Amino acid sequence: MSLLLIALNAADAQAGAGFAQSFGSEFDVLVLTKGDVPAIGARQVFSVDQADLAPADAMATMVQGQLGNYTTIAAVSAMWSKDLLARVAGLVDAPMVTDVIAIPAPGQYLRPIVAGSLLATVEVDGAPVFLTIRPAGFAKPEERANGSTSSLGAPSNGVTVRTNKSASQGGRPDLTQAKVVVSGGRPLGDAATFERLIGGLADKLGGAAGATRAAVDSGIASNELQVGQTGKIVAPDLYIAAGISGSTQHMAGMKDSKIIVAINTDGDAAIFQIADYGLVMDLFEALPAIQSALD
Amino acid sequence: MKVLVPVKRVIDPYAKVKANAEGTGIDTTGVKFEINPFDEIAVEEAVRQKEKNPAITITVVSVGPEAAEEQLRKALAIGADEAVLIQTDDELDSRAVAHELAAFAQELQPNLILMGKQATDNDANQAGQRLAAKLGWPQATFACAVEFAGDNLTVRRETDEGEETLSLPLPAVVTTDLRLNEPRYIALPGIIKARSKPLTKRPRLTDAKPLVRTVKVEQPAPRQAGVRVNSVAELMTALRDRGAL
Ligand SMILES: Cc1cc2nc3c(=O)[nH]c(=O)nc-3n(C[C@H](O)[C@H](O)[C@H](O)COP(=O)(O)OP(=O)(O)OC[C@H]3O[C@@H](n4cnc5c(N)ncnc54)[C@H](O)[C@@H]3O)c2cc1C
Repeated sequence: MSLLLIALNAADAQAGAGFAQSFGSEFDVLVLTKGDVPAIGARQVFSVDQADLAPADAMATMVQGQLGNYTTIAAVSAMWSKDLLARVAGLVDAPMVTDVIAIPAPGQYLRPIVAGSLLATVEVDGAPVFLTIRPAGFAKPEERANGSTSSLGAPSNGVTVRTNKSASQGGRPDLTQAKVVVSGGRPLGDAATFERLIGGLADKLGGAAGATRAAVDSGIASNELQVGQTGKIVAPDLYIAAGISGSTQHMAGMKDSKIIVAINTDGDAAIFQIADYGLVMDLFEALPAIQSALD
Repeated sequence: MKVLVPVKRVIDPYAKVKANAEGTGIDTTGVKFEINPFDEIAVEEAVRQKEKNPAITITVVSVGPEAAEEQLRKALAIGADEAVLIQTDDELDSRAVAHELAAFAQELQPNLILMGKQATDNDANQAGQRLAAKLGWPQATFACAVEFAGDNLTVRRETDEGEETLSLPLPAVVTTDLRLNEPRYIALPGIIKARSKPLTKRPRLTDAKPLVRTVKVEQPAPRQAGVRVNSVAELMTALRDRGAL
């Protein structure tokens, strides 16, 4: 039994380290972009000499060449990892399980289905097994020295060419790794208000801003802020949901947060069913008041 | 120019779902089924492309039970030209579906396969990528804009950090994200009118077995109900007492 953890960068290697350390065997890590690799106790570190992740066709061919004899190939659940790992799994026709939250017994994987409404335990045939994992379900990592490090050349070009790339907003911590997330829904109304009330409070708390699909679709927030079944999965210490009704699809992305605060004018909103602290109040009053209380 | 759109019959994404009594699957008694919302977006996108370029023909295909005819009829009503049901009651995973779709694509020889990024029942997010790998075609997942540019396709796609634009040669596989388009509303008469469009049923094309088997389905433990606070001051005190600030 042996594990290859595939990580996008240093932060991602750190995010997957708890899973890797608890996996029950030695593990190697393949970091797909260049940069320092944190001390996570990997037997071997392979670091790909490229600044940006190449498109999936080129990357998949490269990763396929690194599969060796590993029995498990895992990465933290994210858009890039689902894009890439499912293609590699397809190339070698091997099983893959996405969004694993626990390994109840060797060879069994627990994962949410139907927007987290249910949990499925699955078993797989064949090897290697490809997994994308959600770190919140696994132990916190310890700092441990890595073994040897080797550098791999950038992948050869595939047929896909990236012509443009935009990453919005610097400054705030990564949504999936932030200790505090402040999220807003449809009633925020416009991007400037969202930024002032949601972004402003997030900054005060040293946290990240998140949003519902309704807020993203109506242009109030940018797409990478979407939390939920089809957005990011977050599990911060504190999640503040303002003007969010609590659809199954949204809750799928945040219900494992340690403390949930809900602010909503509708006392019957579904979000209150999972909130530790519910405040029935207009968010346009509540959020500025919270900001001033923090001053 | 041929566009292939695979569609899946899924449990209504807005329905409250429970595990069945045996704890082996989803309890489907009395729930509605729909076309997977991401697949509906894929059908809509294909139809919008056809509206710009009438030389496009759109084939929709579903791998699933006889009842999936309902979802194929809906896709025809949106504007697809023909439908194929690869009829089976076998339990399939993304791998088995990708094998069926690859066999079908090898027959049809489409220029583009447009499909949902995930099905809202099992949320696996694999079939498109596996299919692209099996066919040896490039892929653009999580698309939010698609444009034909000669023998290439330009796709704007959502990423973890924002967006990027890819240019890929055809044939290719594209999976759709929520913001690609908003599917048109189809009233019942539209669905009835589409009954004259061809729908063929055929048996499975491969004997690919699923590699992932579900052995148990259960309800997650409900989250402990919390408390109501009556003011911002009370909230702040509660959060400070919990050490959350
Ligand atoms: C396939 C699919 C995938 C989806 N994926 C996601 C996903 O990943 N993430 C996601 O979030 N959604 C997702 N959705 C959408 C989801 O179903 C809901 O439509 C969405 O989450 C609703 O967003 P909302 O809570 O902002 O809006 P609404 O449901 O409109 O709720 C707004 C809430 O704000 C409250 N409110 C109004 N004014 C105020 C005020 N002044 N102060 C305080 N409260 C106020 C209202 O009482 C209401 O509860 C998905 C849907 C589908 C079909």
